[in-house]
Amino acid sequence: MYAFDIERPGTIADAVAALAKSDENQPLAGGQTLIPTLKQRLAAPETLVSLGGISEIQGICQDDAGRVCIGAGTTHADVAAGAGAYPALASLANNIGDPAVRNRGTIGGSLANNDPSACYPAGALGSGATIVTNAREIAADDYFQGMFETALDAGEIITEVKFPVPEAANYQKFEQPASRFALVGVFVAKFAGGVRVAVTGASEGGVFRWSEAETALSGNFSASALDGLSLPADGMINDLHGSGAYRAHLVGVMTRRAVEAA
Amino acid sequence: MAQVSMTVNGKPASGEIEGRTLLVDFIRENLNLTGTHVGCDTSQCGACVVHVDGKAVKACTMFAAEAEGAEVTTIEGMAADDGTLNPVQQAFQDHHGLQCGFCTPGMVMSASALLAENPKPSEAEIRDYLEGNICRCTGYHNIVKAILAASGQDVSNIAAE
Repeated sequence: MYAFDIERPGTIADAVAALAKSDENQPLAGGQTLIPTLKQRLAAPETLVSLGGISEIQGICQDDAGRVCIGAGTTHADVAAGAGAYPALASLANNIGDPAVRNRGTIGGSLANNDPSACYPAGALGSGATIVTNAREIAADDYFQGMFETALDAGEIITEVKFPVPEAANYQKFEQPASRFALVGVFVAKFAGGVRVAVTGASEGGVFRWSEAETALSGNFSASALDGLSLPADGMINDLHGSGAYRAHLVGVMTRRAVEAA
Repeated sequence: MAQVSMTVNGKPASGEIEGRTLLVDFIRENLNLTGTHVGCDTSQCGACVVHVDGKAVKACTMFAAEAEGAEVTTIEGMAADDGTLNPVQQAFQDHHGLQCGFCTPGMVMSASALLAENPKPSEAEIRDYLEGNICRCTGYHNIVKAILAASGQDVSNIAAE
């Protein structure tokens, strides 16, 4: 790693101020992606602003609209244990990485990084969640803007994520066993107003909604509604773990499983 | 350089560290507690698992500065002061849950974290919990058996493998 300083502010306001001091400063959430990145010298921050000591962004509650509201600094383990009001989301959190990783990694860190194979982007997009920052609220449909790209401005910090709770939902992850990221993961959520299907791990554009499947499932929420539907291999991630065609096929398989399990 | 202070195995520990100092390096290099191993340094293998405020974490993927004020337990803190092994350690010895021993500190720390939250885990739950701990010698069978035994479950009908 290149040398850097670490600051540990106690409030979001202090963290925002610390980040604003230099363009080379960077926030540190759970560090389960950022620390390996730093070790490979793929990042060289001047100061890392650790968000781990900010109690105001930790914890889970439900708002008056029934949404499950999760502080951005809440670990995967705490979401798995504490998001019982949204079982599909708790289950998603409980299958990220391994237990020690889940004790450090946070929902805000995962969404800010927007890894194209991460689980939380599928959960947030599939749920139609709202990403709350120190400055504004961003709808998930506007937030994810491609592989590792989000609507966040420089120095903007996610503070909370609000999840509407669907009538039924399920996340199916085809795990890449070495990294434990999703080779393909599909989150299906059935709301009164329609079905949302979000796919991670598959596309070169990062997490995306499979609109044809959403339309079919909104008319008939059963796996058979997906018969005949498929995605093209073009634009799918093509690497040593799986070809684009393989991933495109897996999207259909995992979507069917998610609908059956929801 | 900055000052960091924490409690390690019940005793105050502090030192001068760089921002980039990993918790595992602070434990090994500053405190000379070399029971916590660095296997992969990429958070895959779990040889560096310690407890921070009671939770199992990979000490190679956390900065020492982030443990400011925390209660840290390493493998050196598991046995009693008179050397009596912790039940998990004793079960690893009784059931031959190790061969070369390199992964064992992390295995013991993960196993004790599991038993703290799930006192009577099934074999499947143990294998699931050890997903982030890699052993290249044992094939895991005797590790799982040792953890079942440490939780007070009968392992007499499980064959040695």
